[in-house]
Parts: sequence; structure tokens; C-alpha cells
Amino acid sequence: MNDTSHWASEAFWKKAAVWVTAGSFALLIVLTFDSMAKTQAGGERVPAYGVINQKIDYRYDEAKKRFQPVIKGEQPLFGRKLDEAAAEELVALGKKTTQAKNCINCHTVLGNGAYYAPDLTKAFLDPDWGDLPAEREKLMLAFLQDPQTNARTYGTGRRMPRLGITEQEARGIVAYLKWMSAIDTNGFPHNFKTTRED
Amino acid sequence: MSNGTIDLGGLNGGQRLALHYFTVAIVLFAAQILFGLLAGIQFVAPDFLYGVLDFNVNRMVHINAMVVWMLYGFIGAVYWFLEEESGVPVAGLALGKLAFWVLTAAVTVVVLVYLLVQTGAGEDLTIWFVNEGREYIEAPRWADIGIVAVMLVFFYNVAGTFSKGRWSGISGVLTLDLVALAGLYLAGMFYVTNITVDQYWWWWVIHLWVEATWEVLVGCIMAWSLMKLLGVSRNIVQTWLYIEVALMFGSGILGLGHHYFWIGTPEYWLTIGGFFSALEPIPLVAMVVHSIYDAGVHKFRNSNHPALGWVIAHAFGNFLGAGVWGFMHTLPQINLYTHGTQWSASHGHLAFFGAYATINIAFFYLAVQKARGNVWMGAQLADGGWKWKWSMGLLNLGVIGMTVALLIAGYEQSFVERAVHGSTWEGYFAAQSHPWFQQAMFWRLAFGGVTAAGLVLLIWDLLTIGKGEIRRAPELHPEPQAAG
Repeated sequence: MNDTSHWASEAFWKKAAVWVTAGSFALLIVLTFDSMAKTQAGGERVPAYGVINQKIDYRYDEAKKRFQPVIKGEQPLFGRKLDEAAAEELVALGKKTTQAKNCINCHTVLGNGAYYAPDLTKAFLDPDWGDLPAEREKLMLAFLQDPQTNARTYGTGRRMPRLGITEQEARGIVAYLKWMSAIDTNGFPHNFKTTRED
Repeated sequence: MSNGTIDLGGLNGGQRLALHYFTVAIVLFAAQILFGLLAGIQFVAPDFLYGVLDFNVNRMVHINAMVVWMLYGFIGAVYWFLEEESGVPVAGLALGKLAFWVLTAAVTVVVLVYLLVQTGAGEDLTIWFVNEGREYIEAPRWADIGIVAVMLVFFYNVAGTFSKGRWSGISGVLTLDLVALAGLYLAGMFYVTNITVDQYWWWWVIHLWVEATWEVLVGCIMAWSLMKLLGVSRNIVQTWLYIEVALMFGSGILGLGHHYFWIGTPEYWLTIGGFFSALEPIPLVAMVVHSIYDAGVHKFRNSNHPALGWVIAHAFGNFLGAGVWGFMHTLPQINLYTHGTQWSASHGHLAFFGAYATINIAFFYLAVQKARGNVWMGAQLADGGWKWKWSMGLLNLGVIGMTVALLIAGYEQSFVERAVHGSTWEGYFAAQSHPWFQQAMFWRLAFGGVTAAGLVLLIWDLLTIGKGEIRRAPELHPEPQAAG
């Protein structure tokens, strides 16, 4: 088959495969550096861990035409202000606990995970925990430590199992969820109604 | 004289090792289906095994067994053709065998810990020894290190064998792909508190495995299978392989961006991810065109109908499951509503089955044929081949049925939970209690049962097909390399 045109030949496509792969990968590396720079905690998109000392809301942004976290005013978690290092430590305990308890295989986090239980991305702001911060945090702590007694199944019969979460771990999880709710997720989830009306 | 009894004497060293991998793969396949059924029952009856084997445990074993059986299948397939493709015995085969036993022992321990220990305290110790708690790569850190070590041995077997023997287009692509595949796993092996950074690297492993390096790996396996099954010329399969690599990596590497829409990463990923992931179906269309072309040119004449049947199922399943089902919700404008709903589960079921389970099953049939002394497994089988035909029918029907049921549940969730209720917990449970969702979950479970029946039949068939067969399969010799 000497009449094979160059563009249909093995040699041509070998070169194409190498160049396309190398080019795509190089671009991915450049974008990865940029994304890493823009997603460090304390940056514009991902807040510093100390954000758990502040009041967080999630509102529709008329200019951007999407929902966006709004961070304003003080509202320390559990009524106690933490410095950045202590806040990070608490959030880290929470994140490690969510990994150790395998939360991701029922829940979703930032929309990723299993689909047996609600998404946790903005769970800290969910209206069903009530409007008073202190009350809400107390409810969350009680639920995490004993989800059977404090079941929130909304009539589905689907209950979270008791996972042996300690009080300190529960505090960590709540801190982690509060910090996560302040991440700018490009408007996901859409149309989410938070606790506060002001 | 062969009469279809098992005769491993006709197999080379790599092929004997491959049979080990295939055996464990099938055991894990059965585990995947079993734990999938348990999780499926829990959607319908939430109290089932509550507090004993909770949904998160069943679901974790379900998806982990899947990932691992697929890898076992791929590794087995590569060992299977390594000697024939290179022309020399496998380099370091003894080490390869040891690696198999180490890996299998590690997998067993990991699964036992998943089932018996399940969870731990929120500390590094748990991540190291119980459960990393990150979807798909839940294996604790010690096992990660073991997996990397075994992969290095596997890579040494592959690269060492080709270096001693001859290189080809297939082996070159395969070897480079394995470097990428093993290297990517490292991106999932560290702890970081920042969840955005965590998921950024986690997707490097998940996406660049499943939507890039695994696709190219099965492209290599498929290329070799087509030469074996149909006698397609090397020149043609290798040209196609390069085309597929160019299209697959050209779309899939930056298609990674479709996972970066909502995790806190910059807005430009909406454009990049949307554009490149929309291109991802193209190589899958190319694969369908390629396989239809080859099958047509060779008039479907071959001596292993089950294997060819599953290769065809692979071409269409890959296109439909990964291509069409992926494309349907890949653009950010719709993904905002579908992300994190049963849409993803629908896509996941058809894509993993269509793209990967099928090609592994095809290879199991190739292996069984050779292990029985290269008996005839084409037309006019002794019992009409009812077992492979029914198992193929049931497995495909079961998975497509689950896919459609989950798609309906996903539609319903996208509207009720997301669009109407605005993604609150109340909205989530409103969608979960809706009759449309509940009916979908019932049907998903029913089709899960169909899938399980297909699997039982498949295992029975793999154990018995070719037994007592005295006709031998003719050796196919790929057409001579085209000149020039």
C-alpha cells in the first residue's frame, strides 16, 4: 500500500500522538501552577482557616449572575475566637475525621462522593439547623456524636450510623464545614437558600 | 491431542501468571456485584444491615473491588501478550509472581480491615492503616506504598521484556502509558487539609486514570486482541492506536477541567473543562469506526465468538457509557444541576462496564480458549453456546437497566432537589422521597439482580466452555506488514 497518504500513515499519527500529548500535558502543568497559586488557603477563592471566626453567608451576585459566599462581621465558632494556627488545627482535625469515618461514601463534598446522604459543601449554612448560631452549632455537635437519637431523616428512614465521633472531633467537623462553606465554588450549589434573611 | 481439558503446558510463563490475575479479577468482580447489591438494597430498605455493614462500607467495597478487578484484568492481559508481542520470555518473571502474591495478600487485608474495622479516629494512624477516606482510593497509605512497589515490578517486567526482545508501536505506547499510570497514583498519596487542593490532585488520579491512561491501556489491549481475533494487520491497528492516543490525550488531559468547575478552582476551568471534555467522545467514536471496519473487512470470521462479542460490546459500551453519557452532563451549564446526583452514578455504571468490564471479559475468553489447548470457540458450539450468549445478554441488560433507572433518578434529583428546592438538605430529602426516585431505585435493584444472574452464568461458562471440544482453532497470522 504505497499509495497511503502521509496524513493517514502510521508515522504521521505517531508524531501527532507525541506532540498532542506533550502539548496538552505542558498546558496542564502551567494551569496547575496557576490553580495552586489561586487556591491556597487565605487567597481569594479559598478562605484562610480563620474564617471560622466570621459570619458567612451565600448570596446571589447580580453582577456575576451566580451564587457566591459573603464573609462579613465576626461570629466566632462555638463563641470562641481562634488564631489562624488554632483554626487550621481544628479544621484539620475535622477533615481527618471525615476521612477516618468514611463520610464520602454516603455524602458528597463539593459535589463529589456517594449520593446516599446530603451534600456537605454548604451544609453549615443549611436553614434546617435553625437561625441562631449557638443553637445551630449545638444541634450539629449533638447530631454528629449521636446521629441515631438525633436523627434527621426527613421521613425517609435513612439514618446516619453512630460512628464513634468524639466531641472534639465533632467540633473539628463543624469547623471544617464552616470553613468549606466559605469557599468560592463558582456558584455550586445553585439557588441554595441560607439561614439568614438580612 | 486436545479435547478441551485444561492444559497449561501450552501457555508461556506470562500467560500462566495472567491466569492468576484473571482468577482474582473474577473473584473481585463477584465481590463488586455482591456489595453493589447490598448497597442497592439499602436505597430501597434503609434498615437493611444498618449498624453492621452500613451503606458507606458496602459502597466503598463496591467501587474498590471494581477498580482493583479492572486493574487485575489489565495487568493480566498485558502479561498474557507480553511474550508473544516481544518475542522473548518475560524478564524477571519470578519477581512478577511474587508481586502477584504480595498484591493479592495486601488486597485481602485491606478488604478485611474495611469490613471488620471500618472506621477509626480522626488521626493520621487511621489514614495509614484503616481507611484514607477518599473516594476510589480509600486504600490506607501502607497499601498505597505496596501498590506502587508492585507496579514497579510490573513495569520492570514489561519494559525489561520489550527491551530484551522487540519493540513495537503497541509496546511503545503501552510502556509509556504505564509510566504515566503509575506516576499519577503518586498524586493521590498525600494528606492536605485544604479540600480544594485535595480534590484537585485527587482528580489527577481518578480522571487521568479513567479518562486517559486506562483508555489508552485498553486501546493497546484492544489493538492486540484485534490482531489475534481477526488477523487484522499490525500496520492498521497501530495507526489507529496512534490516532486514538492523539485524540484521547488531546481531549482527555485538559478534559480533566470538567472536574474543576465547582471545587474552588478558578473560573477559567469552566471554559477549558467544558470545551475539552466535549471533545472526549471523539476518540470513542473513532474506536467504533475502527472496530466495525476491521470486523467488516474480516467478515466476523473468527474462532472465539464470545471474545469477539465482548470486544464489540466494548466498542459500543465505551462510546455510549463514557462518550454519550459523559457528554450529556459535561458542560457546566447543565453540570451545575447534575453534579453530585445520580446522574454521575448512571454515567459511572455504564462507562466502567462498557469501557472496561467488557474488554476484560473478552480477554478472559481468549485466555480460557488457550488454556484449553486452543480449542474451537467459534460457531456451532456443542450446546449452541447458550451460556455465553445468555450471560452476555443478561449482563448488558442488567447494566443498561441500572443505567436508565439511575438516569431517571438523576433527572428527578436535578429538577426537584436542585432546580426547585435549591440544594438544601430539605430539598435533597424531598427528591429522595419522591415516587419517581423511589421507583427508579427499585428498578435499579431489580436490574442489579439481572446483572448478578448474568455474572453467575458468565463464571459457569468460563469454567466449562470448550470442555470436551475436539476441534482446534486455526492459528491466525496477522496480515503481513504493509510495505512502505
